[in-house]
Amino acid sequence: MTSVANSPVNMSLTPTKTTAAQPSKRTGPRASDSLPPSTLVRWLRDMFLIREFENRTAQAYQQAKIGGFCHLYTGQEATAVGTIAALNPDDPIVTAYRDHGHALARGMDPGACMAEMFGKATGCAKGKGGSMHMFDKPNWLFGGHGIVGAQTPLGTGLAFAAKYEVEVMKRGVDGGPAKKKVSLAYLGDGALNQGALHEAMNLAGLYGIPVIYIVENNGYSMGTSIDRGTTMSEDLRKKADAYGIRGEIIDGLDVIDLYDAFKPVVDWCRENQKPAFVDLKTYRYLGHSMSDPQKYRTKEEVDQYKAKDSIDRLAAHLMEDRKGADGKPVLTEQQFMDIQTEVKATVKAALDFAEASPIPDESELYTDVFVNPQPNLSPTCEYTHGAKNPLL
Amino acid sequence: MAAELMLPEMGLEPMGGGTAREIQFREALREAMSEEMRKDDRIFLMGEEVAQYNGAYKISQGMLDEFGPKRIIDSPISENGFAGLAVGAAMYGLRPIIEFMSWSFSLVAADQILNNVPKMLYMSGGQWGCPVVFRGNDGAGGQLGSTHSWCVEGLYSNVPGVKIAIPSNPYDAKGMLKTSIRDDDPVFFLESERMLGDKAHVPEREYTIPFGKAALRRQGDDCTVVSFGRPVNFCMDAADELKKEGINIDVLDMRTIRPLDIDSILDSVKKTGRIVVVDQCWPFASVASEVVTQVCERGFDYLDHQPLRVNTEDVPTPYAKNLEALYLPHKGKIMSAVKASLGRL
Ligand SMILES: Cc1ncc(C[n+]2csc(CCOP(=O)(O)OP(=O)(O)O)c2C)c(N)n1
Ligand SMILES: [Mg+2]
Repeated sequence: MTSVANSPVNMSLTPTKTTAAQPSKRTGPRASDSLPPSTLVRWLRDMFLIREFENRTAQAYQQAKIGGFCHLYTGQEATAVGTIAALNPDDPIVTAYRDHGHALARGMDPGACMAEMFGKATGCAKGKGGSMHMFDKPNWLFGGHGIVGAQTPLGTGLAFAAKYEVEVMKRGVDGGPAKKKVSLAYLGDGALNQGALHEAMNLAGLYGIPVIYIVENNGYSMGTSIDRGTTMSEDLRKKADAYGIRGEIIDGLDVIDLYDAFKPVVDWCRENQKPAFVDLKTYRYLGHSMSDPQKYRTKEEVDQYKAKDSIDRLAAHLMEDRKGADGKPVLTEQQFMDIQTEVKATVKAALDFAEASPIPDESELYTDVFVNPQPNLSPTCEYTHGAKNPLL
Repeated sequence: MAAELMLPEMGLEPMGGGTAREIQFREALREAMSEEMRKDDRIFLMGEEVAQYNGAYKISQGMLDEFGPKRIIDSPISENGFAGLAVGAAMYGLRPIIEFMSWSFSLVAADQILNNVPKMLYMSGGQWGCPVVFRGNDGAGGQLGSTHSWCVEGLYSNVPGVKIAIPSNPYDAKGMLKTSIRDDDPVFFLESERMLGDKAHVPEREYTIPFGKAALRRQGDDCTVVSFGRPVNFCMDAADELKKEGINIDVLDMRTIRPLDIDSILDSVKKTGRIVVVDQCWPFASVASEVVTQVCERGFDYLDHQPLRVNTEDVPTPYAKNLEALYLPHKGKIMSAVKASLGRL
């Protein structure tokens, strides 16, 4: 059987089969027990969507249709899907530059995501953000952010604002009712070493801000393995401890285990309006960005993780272990192949959409600098003089 | 856009009318914040020592008592952290006011205030702006030495996406801070520790001061002197002194650096043919450089003498009292520059 983990980047439209996963060792009640099988199937679909989307992104990058820095999420799919599944749709989230997975898991249209990377007017940020800056207001995604660690105070501020709605305004900023929210601030293990995170965690601990810092710990910050970059890498909860924040270590490769461990953390933060810090163990299969010779790790190491591939595991679980009321597995092989066919068509459509979309109008150069533009804000720009720089 | 006439001979009326009431610069700032906070519960004030200590410079005195600890919030010494927190809160829909004890300390928050604040709207394709007011002390004076004497307007005005306001007196401070708080864009509001005790007429009635409109503080046909913030006061002193010598100058107080009321500058230069820009930043790539450039680009033919600049000297800020005085722009330097532009030096 071919596994999804080992599918070549240049995937054909032939559906793949999966290897068997290790059975889950957990016992006792689990948060996921109450989920209908259709939800788990949806996760499988979303994780496969991210995998396929990134494969196609890599191709498009190689064809120079995508520019700039581009960081793929391949291997880490379970972390975005499993954590976002534990949220309400209007809980704000913010992440770093490896952000395509979060955008898709949060419900961004794959076409808008791809078009953004193509620098097209139909992109989620009108082509002004690029791969590292996926913003999606309707889906409460407050951005992918390019500066390592810089998003962590923002995530803290998002949760601060939500708590302020409840405690001070007693209504939402949009005039609706205030409700207890949680924000997620994702970061890489490299961001553990940025001052911004430590200032943010101290503020969150001090003020009691319901933000969850999620370290997507893929073991490397570019070529620096985590033990070469940060102290106490064997137990990162100690860092949370230093700020009086609840700390958790969670396996980020099995999406059901992840959800079962993470959902109670979200519920606790929401209920108590307090922060948490999660060391979510994951792995990236590909290079840091599109140009990474990966001298810092062995192929064997990568293969070890691929053998535990989160998509393969979930597929096997749904096709073998998890039985419905009728005693049959909740997913058939045929249904999984149908999902793959649908996803591949969806991603192909996203590419076609991005390809066919217009580039931004030149007048867009000067828009979105100010909400309230006024004369003489700039010596050269259309947004202040009503005329383009005559030298352009 | 003609500059607002605010000449001494016009008395208190143009400063807003109403009964004469003199308050300090710091009180004017406090009134602006408090009045806006009463009307809009999305506004909160955060910064070091703003609450229980009543403000390192007593600007927020009494505000904790009125608004409580959930809106007047003491922060630890974490400029990057709380500036970033404000960015998130503003994107979410609140209206944070962030007090930097000094803009000198904003340098450790540079990534948030220069990389995130001005660019969020653009890189999100118009989805999220960042309506935060960052305010605090800016500029040298008081022997604070090299690290604590920053004038950040030279550095920060290079970045598109923020508005920069820099009042020279209590009346403007109140009206401009209110405008800043109401603006949907981020504003850097630059105060001067040296002026916080200055008193002036500030009317009790509600008023705001629009951005991008200079005030004409002295009037004369011989030379145009352009300044902003605290040095405007030195320019007015220089104008009064020069008048005795028969030299009459326009003193334009820009009030905001972005937007920059270049139209009023050009109007004045058209009349005088001469310009001196007085700026408390270093000269290289400064706001003064920008003003001179724009005048050359758009009013070259009006000039009868090359533009001149009075900046701080191009060295780190010295501590010794005499050296610091030499370093800063002052009345004498301004008078000399005006005379030089008139060929009378
Ligand atoms: C402040 C800052 N320094 C350096 C960089 C360059 N850089 C981009 S990603 C990266 C590695 C970050 O690794 P990690 O946080 O573990 O995230 P991952 O790439 O593994 O998702 C570096 C050094 C940056 N973007 N920002
Ligand atoms: Mg990493």
